[in-house]
Amino acid sequence: MAKQKLVVIGNGMAPGRALEKLLELAPDAYEVTIFNAESRVNYDRIMLSPVLSGEKTFEQIVIHGDGWYIDNGITLYKGHKVTEINRNTRTVTSEHGETAPYDKLIIATGSNPVIIPVPGHQLPGVLTYRDLDDVHAMMLAAKSRGKAVVIGGGLLGLEAAAGLQAQGMEVVVLHLMPTLMERQLDPAAGYLLQKAVEARGIKVHCKANTHEITGMDRVTGVRLDDGTIYPADLVVMAVGIRPNAALAKAAGLEVNRGIVVSPDMRTSDPHIFALGECAEASGQVFGLVAPLYDMAGVVAKQLTGDATAAFSPQATATKLKVTGIDLYSAGDFGDAKDREEIVLRDPTRGVYKRLVLKDNILIGAVLYGDTGDGPWFFDMIKRGTDISEMRETLIFGQGYQGGALADPMAAVAALPDEAEICGCNGVCKGKITTKITELGLTSLDEVRAHTKASASCGSCTGLVEQVIKLSLGDSYNPAAVQPMCGCTDLGHDDVRRLIKAKALKSIPAVMQELGWKSSCGCAKCRPALNYYLICDWPGEYEDDGQSRFINERVHANIQKDGTYSVVPRMWGGLTSAKELRAIADVVDKFAIPTVKVTGGQRIDLLGVKKEDLPAVWSDLNQAGMISGAAYAKGLRTVKTCVGTDWCRFGTQDSTGLGVKIEKFMWGSWTPAKVKMAVSGCPRNCAESTCKDVGVICLDSGYEIHFAGAAGLDIHGTQVLGHAKTEEETIEIIAALTQLYREQGRYLERIYKWAKRVGTDSIKQAIIEDTERRRVLFDRFVYSQSFAQIDPWAERVAGKDAHEFAPIGTLSLPQAAE
Amino acid sequence: MNAMTAEWIDVGAEADIPLRGARVVRSLAGDIAVFRAADGTVFALRDRCPHKGGPLSQGIVHGHGVTCPLHNWVISLETGEAQGADHGCTPKIPVLLADGRVLLDAQAIARLAVPHG
Ligand code: SRM
Ligand SMILES: Cc1cc2nc3c(=O)[nH]c(=O)nc-3n(C[C@H](O)[C@H](O)[C@H](O)COP(=O)(O)OP(=O)(O)OC[C@H]3O[C@@H](n4cnc5c(N)ncnc54)[C@H](O)[C@@H]3O)c2cc1C
Ligand code: SF4
Ligand code: FES
Repeated sequence: MAKQKLVVIGNGMAPGRALEKLLELAPDAYEVTIFNAESRVNYDRIMLSPVLSGEKTFEQIVIHGDGWYIDNGITLYKGHKVTEINRNTRTVTSEHGETAPYDKLIIATGSNPVIIPVPGHQLPGVLTYRDLDDVHAMMLAAKSRGKAVVIGGGLLGLEAAAGLQAQGMEVVVLHLMPTLMERQLDPAAGYLLQKAVEARGIKVHCKANTHEITGMDRVTGVRLDDGTIYPADLVVMAVGIRPNAALAKAAGLEVNRGIVVSPDMRTSDPHIFALGECAEASGQVFGLVAPLYDMAGVVAKQLTGDATAAFSPQATATKLKVTGIDLYSAGDFGDAKDREEIVLRDPTRGVYKRLVLKDNILIGAVLYGDTGDGPWFFDMIKRGTDISEMRETLIFGQGYQGGALADPMAAVAALPDEAEICGCNGVCKGKITTKITELGLTSLDEVRAHTKASASCGSCTGLVEQVIKLSLGDSYNPAAVQPMCGCTDLGHDDVRRLIKAKALKSIPAVMQELGWKSSCGCAKCRPALNYYLICDWPGEYEDDGQSRFINERVHANIQKDGTYSVVPRMWGGLTSAKELRAIADVVDKFAIPTVKVTGGQRIDLLGVKKEDLPAVWSDLNQAGMISGAAYAKGLRTVKTCVGTDWCRFGTQDSTGLGVKIEKFMWGSWTPAKVKMAVSGCPRNCAESTCKDVGVICLDSGYEIHFAGAAGLDIHGTQVLGHAKTEEETIEIIAALTQLYREQGRYLERIYKWAKRVGTDSIKQAIIEDTERRRVLFDRFVYSQSFAQIDPWAERVAGKDAHEFAPIGTLSLPQAAE
Repeated sequence: MNAMTAEWIDVGAEADIPLRGARVVRSLAGDIAVFRAADGTVFALRDRCPHKGGPLSQGIVHGHGVTCPLHNWVISLETGEAQGADHGCTPKIPVLLADGRVLLDAQAIARLAVPHG
């Protein structure tokens, strides 16, 4: 039987979920074609804020990668906006002229951000907040570290503000209403939220009516009705969304606020469904994913012939995704005559809770500061539980009911099977426990894969872990992430994320804020933290020498007898008579016992006494040589071959390119050492294919390799991509290095990092997404401006002099008696 | 010998030793490492790791311990004992702090010169 044709317009979260369900129910029923105006795969829009704040990367929020579409035989037209639906011929046509016939059509065009048409709203530098392009534009603007104004103090506006501030901007939030997030919060919680936001250094101006956006050829500021002017290099409008229904309207479908659908999710044309934020059901439109996912389930069932499937809107719950601010609201909490409320305040802990009751039934909850009971309250709201029995203790939460202690595990154990654990994906406790037993799941990742619980915004991760723990008992260790060391339970990635998110800028700040268990860390965590801080706050963080391994502290390699070895840079393996003469003189002058050619194309002077180091360096500096960083978790060598200068097979100037790369990249600190090489042709005499980064020159340009190793493990490299020019090659290599600097765990070499995050994600970021490459490159260049200072010269000039001299010399002991 | 003759030798100013760091005192009995922990406590040990003689003064100081730069043994600054699964002990030298100066026990230094059994 020929498959029916299903066409989907829009590739957002709602249709993504509908297709997953459809493939589960009837994998072979439809031939699916998707058109998406955004030129990318389906991703978790909810998580854009963590991408903006730097806590996550785009790769981490992709829901369906390219492979998913291929595996499921789905055609995805990326960057194709549909411009016409022809209901007579049952076809849709994209702006690029692609036409596809359908038997069934799903319109899932989402929403458009509302733009208030004040003067100046079209100036460059005025953005909205909806998709990844917006995030990139904001991140680019944030580079200036200038001033940003966010118009709108709702969920999106506050997340944007926190993200921009995390990126180093000075941020003001303008909000029309007297308190923040008034649609989800009552005024008391709105006030606490404002205090918390202001405590982070974000200015909040409520009752602010925007009069105009100022600027000639780009934005310079925002003027309010009351005359206040806020200067701005960037203005983000986050004032609301409007269902994107124009296409449906043009096709003659019934449109009100959104595209009108009946409970079976069909529009006024039974062959056409509308789904997601663009749809209007029971007179409502929706802006959170939980109800959209319910819609998706109904569409999938309808498509497979289940005519009874129907959508009915449920109460929704909201959580603000700004790290460090705990906020939860659910249901209806407006004041009204027939309602009662229960309020709890604990100013010292910064806690506020308010429950709204009607006829002994909970209908709304606002929680600030302590949100652990949110899902429990939400569950009662949805079930209409009669609370008269526990009225007195209700506000203290589940832990206090039935005399039980406030033990989080007991609280989760007490939840009924139907209690919802993951709001975004509508996963209840029973589903998680059943899947765990049925499939023998043992980890959070597996539970996520099979149930979707905590797979969207992630704020219920803790709860999901508790459910797993309940099912598996002690065999489940929620800290399955390998902790950095005995001083903390956090893994490297969490620590890195929190350093950025909480703007922690010193080792004591990290240890205090992240609850280190030891007073001053250990030899494992301190060097790692020192690196993370240097990488994340270039120019701001002051290097902590006492947290560096001795080699990096004194810029030489310690030997087994306590002497040191000294390796000067020889750019690209080139040297000269002048340099060799200076080396020879130093060897004689300081009686250095061993001189050896290294495996990295340079010369090692071994057995130098520590006190002599500054003097040795001074002499080498005078001949123009600087530290070769042979000790560093940083750029080591760039090996080269002779290339076109001499070799009869050379295709490009491999020596020259190697020198350029080394001169551009020396001094950068990286998670582990980085070794590079440039070979002039595929004969590969510089051994480029076993380096962290290698280049093979070809007649047509440069083949860039990465993720090789030839030490403890032997790995051939993989090809990252091709470049036409030396400039492009250097840009790619620097961007790759920066990505590694930002994602690598301390002591994890490039090949291990690449294996962990997936080489595809790296290729995507560096080769396919040229804009991202540019952003990474710029960050690398910025950080280099603080890194390229020869550590030898600094010490010759007197820095850390105490390192090189004993504090005292005793003539003791005299005669033993 | 009796305790009355204990002699304290001034080896330098406390402030000259970096916090979470160490300095070396040269003596005829070999190098002595003088450590200053994060909390300001000063300790002195013979500057030789009980494992293979690594210079402990060059290690990373954390809490009241130091990690040897050669093979990462962790040595207690309070006792000179290797921590964890490793076994070995390096001699400890009593320290006196007075007026911002660091004084070491001369007799303990003298004993360093005597080879141990
Ligand atoms: C000097 C040199 C050997 C030589 O005489 O040729 C050398 C010497 C040391 N290597 Fe190496 N490696 C040297 C080239 C290499 C190479 C060859 C190369 O780079 O082309 C490799 C294999 C390639 C690779 O890294 O994939 C190499 C793989 C290692 C490894 C294993 C790394 C790994 O991740 O698998 C270590 C151990 C480590 O880093 O933890 C190591 C560590 C060391 C250390 C730093 C051991 C230590 O911690 O003290 C040695 C320091 C001696 C010193 O004081 O200079 N060395 N080492 C070479 C210095 C190159 C330079 O000019 O900077
Ligand atoms: C920053 C941010 C944070 C959020 N946080 C939360 C949260 O914490 N919790 C929560 O529940 N919700 C949150 N949301 C809302 C949630 O992301 C949306 O409700 C959800 O993504 C909507 O899904 P959708 O499929 O309806 O539409 P969308 O995801 O918007 O997808 C619509 C897609 O259709 C494409 N399209 C439009 N017109 C055409 C056309 N003519 N042809 C082809 N393609 C077209 C668009 O390019 C777009 O890719 C957040 C949203 C944002 C922007
Ligand atoms: S192989 Fe490298 S680490 Fe091993 S002894 Fe030789 S120089 Fe040292
Ligand atoms: S010499 Fe100190 S650990 Fe080996």
